[in-house]
Parts: sequence; C-alpha cells; structure tokens
Amino acid sequence: MTVEGVSVARRKRWPDNRFAGLLLVPSAIVVFGVVAWPVARTLWLSLHKVESPLPTAPSTWVGLDNYTRALDDPNLWAAVGRTAYFTVTSTALELGLGILLALLMAQKLRAGWVLRVAVIIPWALPTIVNATMWRYVFNPQYGPLNALLTQAHLIDEYRSWLGSPFLALNMVMLSDVWKNTSVVAFFVLAGLQVIPGELHEAAQVDGAGAIRRFFAITLPLLRPIIAIVLVLRTIEAFKVFDIVYVMTRGGPANGTQTVSLFTYQSAFSDQHFGYGSALSVLIVVVIMALAVTYMKLLRIEESRTAA
Amino acid sequence: MTDQHRAALSRRGFIAATVGIGLGGGPLLSACSSSSGGEGSGSSPVKLNALVQKQAGYSDVHVKAMTAAFTAANPNITVTVDSVPYEALHDKIVAAAPAGTYDVVLIDVIWPAEFASKGLVADITDKIPSAWKTEVLPGALNSGVYQDKFYGVPWLLDTKYFYANTAMLAKANVAPATLSTWPGVITAAKALKTQGVVKYPFLWSWSQAEAIICDFAALTASFGGTLFDPAGKPAFTTGGAVKALEFMKSTLDEGLTDPASMESLEDDVRKSMSAGTTAFGLNWTYMYAQSNDPKLSKEVGKIAISPVPDGGGGRISVNGSSALAITAGSKHRDAAWKYVEYLSSKPVQEQYIADSLPIWVASYQDPAVIKSAPNVVAAAKVQLANMTNRPEVPAYNAISQLLQVELQKALLGKKAPQQALNDAASAANKAIAQS
Amino acid sequence: MSIATESRSRSFGRLRSGPPRSRPRGRRRNADDYASIWIHLIALGVIAVALLPIVWMIIASISPPTELLARPLRWIPRDPDFSRYKDVFTGAADSPAGAFRRAMLNSLIVAAGTVTLSLVVGILGGYAFARLRFAGRRVTLLVFLSTYMLPPISLVIPLYLILVRLQLLDSVIGLIVVYSSFCTPFVLWTLSGYFAGIPVDLEEAARLDGCSRLGVLWRIILPLSKPGIFSAILFATLLCWDEFLYALIFTNSAHAKTIPVAIADFSAKFSTDFGLVCVGGLLAAIPPVVVALAFQRFVVSGLMAGAVKG
Repeated sequence: MTVEGVSVARRKRWPDNRFAGLLLVPSAIVVFGVVAWPVARTLWLSLHKVESPLPTAPSTWVGLDNYTRALDDPNLWAAVGRTAYFTVTSTALELGLGILLALLMAQKLRAGWVLRVAVIIPWALPTIVNATMWRYVFNPQYGPLNALLTQAHLIDEYRSWLGSPFLALNMVMLSDVWKNTSVVAFFVLAGLQVIPGELHEAAQVDGAGAIRRFFAITLPLLRPIIAIVLVLRTIEAFKVFDIVYVMTRGGPANGTQTVSLFTYQSAFSDQHFGYGSALSVLIVVVIMALAVTYMKLLRIEESRTAA
Repeated sequence: MTDQHRAALSRRGFIAATVGIGLGGGPLLSACSSSSGGEGSGSSPVKLNALVQKQAGYSDVHVKAMTAAFTAANPNITVTVDSVPYEALHDKIVAAAPAGTYDVVLIDVIWPAEFASKGLVADITDKIPSAWKTEVLPGALNSGVYQDKFYGVPWLLDTKYFYANTAMLAKANVAPATLSTWPGVITAAKALKTQGVVKYPFLWSWSQAEAIICDFAALTASFGGTLFDPAGKPAFTTGGAVKALEFMKSTLDEGLTDPASMESLEDDVRKSMSAGTTAFGLNWTYMYAQSNDPKLSKEVGKIAISPVPDGGGGRISVNGSSALAITAGSKHRDAAWKYVEYLSSKPVQEQYIADSLPIWVASYQDPAVIKSAPNVVAAAKVQLANMTNRPEVPAYNAISQLLQVELQKALLGKKAPQQALNDAASAANKAIAQS
Repeated sequence: MSIATESRSRSFGRLRSGPPRSRPRGRRRNADDYASIWIHLIALGVIAVALLPIVWMIIASISPPTELLARPLRWIPRDPDFSRYKDVFTGAADSPAGAFRRAMLNSLIVAAGTVTLSLVVGILGGYAFARLRFAGRRVTLLVFLSTYMLPPISLVIPLYLILVRLQLLDSVIGLIVVYSSFCTPFVLWTLSGYFAGIPVDLEEAARLDGCSRLGVLWRIILPLSKPGIFSAILFATLLCWDEFLYALIFTNSAHAKTIPVAIADFSAKFSTDFGLVCVGGLLAAIPPVVVALAFQRFVVSGLMAGAVKG
C-alpha cells in the first residue's frame, strides 16, 4: 500500500502527513464526533456501579469489579460457549457451502442470471423478516416445514424444531446461514476470477481431474479469501442479536442466549448499566483481537503477492 | 520538529479536538437534561408527550379520539402520543428517561418497582382521590403501587382466563361445571384424550418469556401458594408454587399438554384453540373476541371463557394490567395528571368498552357494559376481584429471567421441579443482593 | 496483475476451462454433457433452497389467517386474499399497513443520505489510507474499524441524549448522522483497499503532467474505482436498510420510522398477522435486490479488491 519509487515533481506537493490529516478530518468528524462521547461514557460506566439511566442517580466507583464479576459469571461463560459454537459452525457451513456455491456460479450455465438473482434474494431480506419467517416455518403446530415433511411422508407427525435448547440453537444457526451464505459465495467467486485459466489448462493437460485440480490449485489460491471471510463472518456471528431475539428470545432454557443477548439483558433490561458496559468493552476486546488476527493474515498475503 | 512530526501532531490535534468537544459536550448534555418536576400553570400553553403501547387494549384510532376529546376540553394542552410495540416499550422508557422526552408513559404492572426505585416515574400518591379506593376495582388499583405509594393509574385491565372448547367437551360428555377445579379439568382432559377427541387437550404459553411466569404465578396462586413473601424474598420453594410446577410437569408427562407449549406464546395458544387443535388454554381477555371472529377462527362460538379453576387456593389469576405513569422528568406534572385522569375516567373508558374493560366497580353493574360482552364481563367480574401480582421488587426483571430458565429446565426434564425452584431461589437472592 | 483490469476483461470465469471448440468426439463429449446436466440440476436445487421460503412468504401474504393454520396445509390458498396488499398501498396513513409506505420512503432517504455522506468522507479518507504514508496509518485504520465493532446497545442512551440536544430525535437526519458514524469506517476500509489496487503509474503520469493530488483523485482514481464504490454503496445500503435497534429507539412517529420499525409495528401486543409481515418483508426486499442486481458485477470485484489489498 505504499507509493513506490517516488520520483515525482515536487511542484505544489503537500507533505504526506499533513495532507493525510486533512483528508481524514471529515471522516474523523463524522465518526468520532458522534461516537466519542458515548464510547467515553461506556468506559466510565464500566468502572462504576450504575443502576439507573438518570445522570442524577448515584454511581459508585468499583474499579475493575465489573470486569472480574463478568469473567467469574458462569452464565456469561455459558453464553460465550454457545456463541462460540454458533460462530464456528455457522462460519464453517457458510464457508463450505459458499465455496461450493461460488464454484457453481462460476460455471457456464444456461440463464445463469437466474441463479445469481435467486442467491441474492435471501441476502436482501431484512433480518427481522427473515427471523419472523423462519420462526413461522418451524412452528410445531402449523409450520410449513412440518407440513412439507409430513406430506412428503418423511416424518410421521408434526414435531417441534425450536422447543429444545440445542436443536433450537442449530435451527437459528441454519436460518442465519441461509441468509448469509450468498455473501460468502460472492467473496469466493471474486477470488476464483483471479486464478489464471492457464494453471487449470496446464494441469488438465497433465491429466489432473477436476477434483484434484480443485484441491491442488484452487483451494490454496483461495486461502487469503478464506482467511478474510473466516474472520469477517466470525465477527458478525459473534455479534449476532436480531435473529436470535426475534426467533427465540434466548430460549428455550437459555439454549440460544448469545453474548449479545446476555449483554442486552444486563445493560438494558435489568438496568445494570455499569456491568453491561463492562460486558460491551469485553466484547470489543474480543472482536478487536479477531480483527488484529485478520490484519496479520492480510499482511501475510501482502508479502506473498509481493514475492 | 520535523515537518512530519508537526503534521502528525496537527492531525492528531484535530482529532483530539473533535473528541474533546464530544467529551466536553457530554457532561453538559447530561447536566442540562436532568430536570425537576415543574408545574404547568393553567394559562400558558402546555405540550405533553405520551408513550403508549401499540394496539394493546384501546386501538390507536381510539386513543387518538380520546386525546382529541381531551384537547377539546383543555384547549391550552396539546398531547402528542407515540406508540410502540410492547417489547420496545420498556427500552424506550429507559432510553428516554435522561432526556425527559415523555411526560406520560404506559407501564406494565411488573415495572413500578423497577422504575420507582430507579427514579424514572413520579410518586402520584397525593394526586389519587381517596374515593378511588372504593370506586376502582381493588385488584386494578394496586397495578401501579410500590411500597404503598402510587406510581401509576390503572388503565388497561387484563388478566388470564380459562378457555375451553365446548364442542369438544360435548363430544366427550364432559359437563362444563366440572371445570371449576383443576382436578376436574384434568379428569376432563383425560377423557378427551382417551376418547380420541383431541390429541393434546392443553396448550400453554410456556416459552422462555414473561408468558411462562404469568402462567406460573396464576397456577401458584390457585394452588394456594405465593411467589414472594411480604418481606420481598422468594417463597416459591415450598407450598403452592411447588405444587403448581409439579402439576405443570405432570400434564406434560401424562401427554395431556402439547410439548409445543415449551415454545409457544399467548398467540400460539389462541391460534391453536381457534384451529380446533387444543381444548383448554389460559389466555388474556383479547382471545375471546378473536376466537369468535370468523376471519381468524374456525371455532366461532365454541370457545367458552371462565375464571381460572381452583387448585385449593381459590380461582385466582395473574394481574396483567398496565398503568399510566407520569415520568419523574416531566416538566408539566399537573397537566400530565389531567390527561391521565381523563383517559382513565369512567365515561371515557365506558365509551370504548369494546376495546377494554373499565377499572370502575360501578361499570360492572351497568347494563350497557354487560351487554357489550356478556360472557367476558361475567368472568371478569369474578376474576378481576381475584388477581395476584407478580413479585414487586426492583430486580423483578432479572428474577423473572432466571425463573423462566429454571422452570423450563424442570419442564424439559433436565431437573426435578423442587431442585429447579431451589436453584432459582438462590439465584434470585443473589440478584436481589446485587440490585 | 491488478484486480481492476482482471475483472473488467472477464465476466464470471469458468473453472472448468478447456478449449471450447476442439472437443474430441466420443466418450469425452458425453462425459462433459453428463456433467453439465448434473451441474444444472444442482443449480436448480440451489435455486429451490434459496427461493422456496420466499415463495412460501408470497403464498402467506395472500392467505387468510385461518388457512395458514390448517392441517394438512394447502399450498395454494382456496380464497386468495389480496387485502393486505390493498391495505399497504391504499390504507390510511396512520394504520400500521399504511404507515409502511412512509417507512419505505424514510428508509430510502436514510440510506441515500448515509451512503452519500459516508462515500464523500470515505473517498477522501480511503485515498489517504491507500496512497499516503503517514505515521500511525495502521493504528488509525484500526481505531476507525473498532467503532464499527461496538455493540450498539452500549451507545444507545448517550446517543439518544445527543440527538435530543441537537433536536434530531425522530428525524431522518438524526438517523443519517448515527448511521454514517458506523458506515464510514466500513467504507473507508473497502475503498482504501480498492484504491490501493489501482496502478500507481497512472497517478504518477498524471502528476508529472501537473495534476494536483486532489485532481488525480477526481480524474484518475474515481473513474477507475467504480466497482469499489458501487460495492461500498451496496453494503452501506444494506446496513441502513437492516438496522433495527437505533431506528426503534430514536424514532417515534411516521416522520422517521424506517422499514424494520414499521414491520415491528405490525405486531399487536399478542397477535401478529404473519401475512402482513410477509407483505412488508417482500416489498422491503425489492430495493436492495434491485440495487444488488444492478451492481452485482461490481460487487464481486469490489469485494475482492477490498479483501486482498486491504
């Protein structure tokens, strides 16, 4: 990302730093002008015990107490465990299905645009509509999934899909995967385009079949994309809130309570503003760690392409 | 200082300035927005903002009409009414509190303790006329009470009733009179099941939501127990509450309750009864009208409403009302009180009787009121006088959440009922200590 | 090899390459055709998985409520009921269905405003990150990104206070201001990645000819980075379209309520007309699908550039 071999006429040229500063000022105003005080207040709250939104309410300094309480809270760890399962599984599914979908979309198909249109629509549906729809589809009394399966004689009678904790978590995850796989597919599709056709032709001449070519050529060259998608989707899955809130509100028996839902309940529903702020900060720390991993992976990619 | 340094500093300086303005502005904002309850004098124009719940009880159109009539009678007061879905109501009240956006808010019966202890709603005990203690249904009047002080005026009365499908009962030769006690209901349910009238006679709203606590509170009371003792501590580890939970579990174990109850909310109960797939259910007042609406129901005229059956403690149900409260940040408390008083007054409530039942004792003797919904009024007269409140403690929300989880664990068979209630009690004590 | 030129010179590439015409006869051709049939079948399967729930939503939107509860379920409603669509298009402006029309307009305005603001500042900032070496570049980018990662719930109350003080509560402008604050980091990141992929030589040539830096940005970089810009537009639009929590808390009336809030308003305290939610969802999906369709080519190359060069 650097300007190489600078041998440009220095006519009317501003020093990089000052110019960069000026270019970034508008963004800084738009972002930090809005967010700086709320962030500062969150940090301040996380070090106090605050149980009311009113600024006139009493607040006690507790130092890092909120943080230690959070890290000691078994409910939080349970939520982290569920979120981790949700994240890992949904990302793995989205990646696997996304790659296959991208391979499919890269083929020459008759009326291929139909496939591309179809794949975009789940992505375009608003999240709360998506969640409401799936909640309806999985209904144990009148849901169309049960109707379809019984009419196709695949199951004997209507059954529950969101009524037991682990199953509910999986069904919520599948609903999320249905909506988000197409994003992954497009990322991967872009990556496929960069792979020179000559590599495949050469391999074909050497007698390699399609599957062998995929594992030997395509997949290694997709590695940077996979790394990026992995981290992006991991971040999004970690923050998942809307779909769980609408589909199950965290139940049954807390089986779908994710970290974001837990934070929402503490910070807002229970009005433990100090504790909830500490939870938010912890979430940012985790996501930041993931983002830094992401950037390190990118630098690995940069050094590879430069070589 | 090099060019680079200076530029870096100037850039960082600008960003710091932006942040500084934001940070500096913050305390200024909070300082300016806290306000003491001011008085609105009668002569200068007053603008009130009210926050109510969307399509609950009174329809939005009717609330608008009421407000228009109020403005006509009080020309110097204008009221803007916002309405939000129930899920958003609590969050909006909390978010808007520091800014003092609203003067009048609708609060659920389970919120006075929480809001009062955090200073979000105003104490209006001195505004309540003493006559109300006899003129308003007593079960209704305590909907907005916390620690013997009034924080809200009841407006939308609601409680859970027992609904039964009379056609199914007839098919199984069950006399409706036997449904006045829970053992009688169980016998009827078993008869319906063995005779193949319906696969699962019961569907309950036992999803992990406030709905399961409503059912549990009603059942506990009708079994003679209580959720919290008068000292504000958990009392559900013994007595009626344990009986209630064991009752709930046994109906599942004996195949009388549809397992789908674990993910059902009130509307799922209504839909199932309206489709003819459930014989018995506990639900709020709204279900009666909707199950007799041909557009929404296949069992028109077949759903009977009655008070909750007796389990040994009486035919007691749970209070699900909502009250109109004046926010602590309101600058026009007198005007707000006028508005609240108007909305909850007898003539206004009786005018829109089709939407919601009044809070006034006298109304229930009024032939016009009785005529509007004879079956509902008959059941309401009994039930509204026999309601129990859920625990009135500031940490109620957290306690409800953990109790929901433990109840579900017991019903899903992951824990014994007594164990679940014991665990819930210790967690509840922790939550109370932390609040 | 820059991504920009690559994507323009090819449309969606083929994985199974091979000289198109010189196919030998006999067994090879049958195998190719056989494989092609399989691939088309799989594609049909994927289309089914993607569209079946949508088709169900369309059916539900014209089904009377009682028919949706029927067991066994009839897939085509006996008496299709178009009244929900009628309510949405012609209903009174203060009914939930009628309010949806205004919400669509509000969402469009908010999306347009946010995207414009984020793009303007993002283009400038993205250029800085892409081309200029300055101290703390990576850290600054990370700091911007960190605001995008904040859980919205923690900022709700302070943001509410800010909007009240600026008298921007319950206004589309207020929403634009808030949304821009978390769209801008994403735009910065995407565009900086994409700008970096444009060959430096073009820029240097222009500067040798006497073009100012901003001139270079305007005349060289922007025209070449249309795909990146369009992909930023697409993502930012979807971000605004989907956002629920802030819209719910910061809007009170039809003046500013956006689509997700309007759809949530369809629910009464206990009952929801699922058919109406489907109508809302289907109508709400149309603008993003249109935007995505028009820009899908650019989306792909935009994504790729943002990813690799980031």
